[in-house]
Amino acid sequence: MSSVRVLVGTHKGAFVLTSDGKRKEWKVNGPFFAGWEIYHVKGSEADPNRIYVSQTSGWFGQLIQRSDDGGKTWHQPGLPNEAIPPPGPPAALPNRFAYDTAAKPLTTHQWYDGTQHPWEFKRVWHLEPSLTDPDTVYAGVEDAALFRSTDGGENWQELSGLRGHGTGSQWSPGAGGMGLHTILFDAINPRRMYIAISAAGAFRTDDGGATWKPINRGLRSPYIPDPNAEIGHCVHHVAMHRARPDVLFMQKHWDVMRSDDAGENWREVSGNLPTDFGFAIDVHAHEPETLYVVPIKSDSEHFPIDGKLRVYRSRTGGNEWEPLARGLPEKDCYVNVLRDAMAVDTLDECGVYFGTTGGQVYGSADAGDNWAPIVRDLPAVLSVEVQTMD
Amino acid sequence: MSERADASQVRVALPYHLRNLALVDGDVLLAVAAPVTLRSVLDALEACYPMLRGTIREYGTGQRRAFLRFFACAEDWSLASPDAELPEAVATGKEPLLILGAIAGG
Repeated sequence: MSSVRVLVGTHKGAFVLTSDGKRKEWKVNGPFFAGWEIYHVKGSEADPNRIYVSQTSGWFGQLIQRSDDGGKTWHQPGLPNEAIPPPGPPAALPNRFAYDTAAKPLTTHQWYDGTQHPWEFKRVWHLEPSLTDPDTVYAGVEDAALFRSTDGGENWQELSGLRGHGTGSQWSPGAGGMGLHTILFDAINPRRMYIAISAAGAFRTDDGGATWKPINRGLRSPYIPDPNAEIGHCVHHVAMHRARPDVLFMQKHWDVMRSDDAGENWREVSGNLPTDFGFAIDVHAHEPETLYVVPIKSDSEHFPIDGKLRVYRSRTGGNEWEPLARGLPEKDCYVNVLRDAMAVDTLDECGVYFGTTGGQVYGSADAGDNWAPIVRDLPAVLSVEVQTMD
Repeated sequence: MSERADASQVRVALPYHLRNLALVDGDVLLAVAAPVTLRSVLDALEACYPMLRGTIREYGTGQRRAFLRFFACAEDWSLASPDAELPEAVATGKEPLLILGAIAGG
């Protein structure tokens, strides 16, 4: 029988929510890593029992955790999970993210005041396991860089061709820092990958990560010196349908955008949205032209308009949007939905899930028509991912 | 706990989250050869509890993480040289080396 596992990262720990294919009754497990910020929890499609976690703290730094049994137990990859380890130093350094500083322009990036500033690792924002190998996983980090592990997270190497791209020294942080938050694989062309950075923009590699190019043509950001600049756009999130990897959908700081040519050109599809500011965006598992966003009032007021929490759905690939409200708060709701806090399952009737900064995780078992809270009172939700098990 | 016949038994008190990471309930005991310094104690700690690497000292630089402090015999050693000898009471295990998370956040 089918089942669903929702992986939730919060400001104070991780939670695993499980249900059968009906998605009516839920079991809540956690908190795991209680008291730590959990930026992202994501399972491997190649091995659903393999789950990676980004665990971070302002006091103690970055840790990577891994489960090999579907979230029942966890360990730091390559390190003994016992109080008295065997003698000899472990070979693994699962929490070490060392930037390649071999050559310019890999030494500095642009700071808020326009001066150059050394790259400094702060945390892992996003973990993306390979589609085919459970031991290969990518990490998007702040300050913006892309790392890869091919040994299950025991050791990490930077794909420095991204920061080494000619504009790297011009990238600058936004108000939330300079994080690489989106990693998308092309399931048809394994050499192609997309990433997005706040506030540098979107980038693509066609050679497995060795070299990268900015793909921001068509984005317009009136709040930066050159609104049509090659880089510098505050991309909040990018989504695609697995079967159609050349079509991308983007929630930018303002504007919902679409590209039909692998990011070469973008056009706005905000259409009739009540506001086109927001963070989360996702695509229906079986309908490549069906999108979901959660409109947020503005960049100054990070909550829904009029206190009414609404998901908006487009069945036309953008431009024409309908509000989805059944089961969501009708009033007095002033939460945010962050960029990595929306996901879909792949059951026949697509399930849609999102988490809020108020600690609610909502689910819909009918593609967004009806919603219900799975859990109401978690810490602020930073990320939501879904695993569908047959 | 590591065992060395010629080494002192040093006690280290970890903050709550690091005790959880290290899977210990109380102070940890470490065999540390003289001279007993912050560096030698932390080296021994990370060797015995590799899950703590990077949580007290930064990878690469080895610098104390900004929001952690070291105390020995009621004195703040956070800014001391990592190679300065710790007080005898710490070196002999009578007093613990305290590693504290800064109180921050209101």
